[in-house]
Amino acid sequence: MADDDAAEESVQQRNVPPAKHVIYCGVCSLPPEYCEFGGTVSKCEQWLKKNNPEMHAKMYSEDAVNEKLSSLSVEARAKAEKDSQKKAAKAEAAATREAEKLANSMIYIKRVERNKRKYVTVVSGLEAFGYDLKKVAKDLGKRFATGSSVTKNAGNTGEEITVQGDVSDDLFDWIEENLENIPEDNVECIEDKKKKAG
Amino acid sequence: MFKKDIQPGAKTKVKSSVQRGIRAKVLETYPLLEPHIEEILPKKSQIDQTKLPDRVTLYTLPSTPLFWQHMDDPILPHLTLVHKYPHAFHRLRVDRGAIRFVLSGATLMVPGLTSPGGRLPGEAKGGEGDEEGRWGEKDLSEGEIVVIEAEGKESACMVGVLKSGTGEMKKVKKGVAVEGGHYLGDGLWKLHLD
Repeated sequence: MADDDAAEESVQQRNVPPAKHVIYCGVCSLPPEYCEFGGTVSKCEQWLKKNNPEMHAKMYSEDAVNEKLSSLSVEARAKAEKDSQKKAAKAEAAATREAEKLANSMIYIKRVERNKRKYVTVVSGLEAFGYDLKKVAKDLGKRFATGSSVTKNAGNTGEEITVQGDVSDDLFDWIEENLENIPEDNVECIEDKKKKAG
Repeated sequence: MFKKDIQPGAKTKVKSSVQRGIRAKVLETYPLLEPHIEEILPKKSQIDQTKLPDRVTLYTLPSTPLFWQHMDDPILPHLTLVHKYPHAFHRLRVDRGAIRFVLSGATLMVPGLTSPGGRLPGEAKGGEGDEEGRWGEKDLSEGEIVVIEAEGKESACMVGVLKSGTGEMKKVKKGVAVEGGHYLGDGLWKLHLD
């Protein structure tokens, strides 16, 4: 107990400043003052303008910008400028590439015959949309009250989710409803070819 | 250390006895955090530990990252924590030119600290943000944990372990200052815990 008292006393003596609350940029997640190094400056600036106009005024005013530049030598400034441009271009390219990849990647739902009348449903392609397969598998198992696991796919090139039982139609609806990142057009049900023929 | 994006591993609860140990160790390393320890690590809380690649352990309180540790090395604070309690750590400052290298994960070199924009303990050069005692008086020795702030910025941008003493730095003005730390925008910073 004596320790506690001592600690309290020392707090008062030292007059310790309280915890600081730092705002983080919603675009690049850094404190706004570091946005300029992130490569998404224009987006960050817009975000800050919208969310914290006060800080925006302080940081992006002309004076502040000039002051930033004046502290560096001309050479270093040019270098930094070039570097930041390169970074911005890189970030943009990465963003577009990512978007394209997302638009092109498909999710396939497939019904696989296991034992004459028994089926399993295989979902592949979820990982491209940034989902954790293990977690989705768990959710699916809960939703359909069956076994659901992450398995290696046929070519051993990646992983897919195997749900026991024929749930392909329900699964299609479930993906639409629960996984928001995925546009409906990117989900495809592959019908069993054998069944079509027969 | 966290240049690439990282996938968190298994999350486990920390035993209360171990939790006490962590608390004691944190206080031992960062005595200035003592007034805040109840806010950071309340006595009756359940800390979680998450395993990260390369034998790094991250301690979180439900899902706010607090400290990380590589094997049995000293416990280092997460930058969000540093931002909240900047005064509790040994602080150095780098000049503006070095920021972009720090934020892209380069090793921090001594010239960034010894140049006019940089600050080492015991050399308040005057000017903006140089209130008394901010940079400390005593020289720090190798292996001390330091927070790196940046010229013209309020918040810190890096946490790491000193590779050479600051007294040495002032003399030599060359070489590695901090290596393998945790910096703004690295994998640990971007790590999402749910």
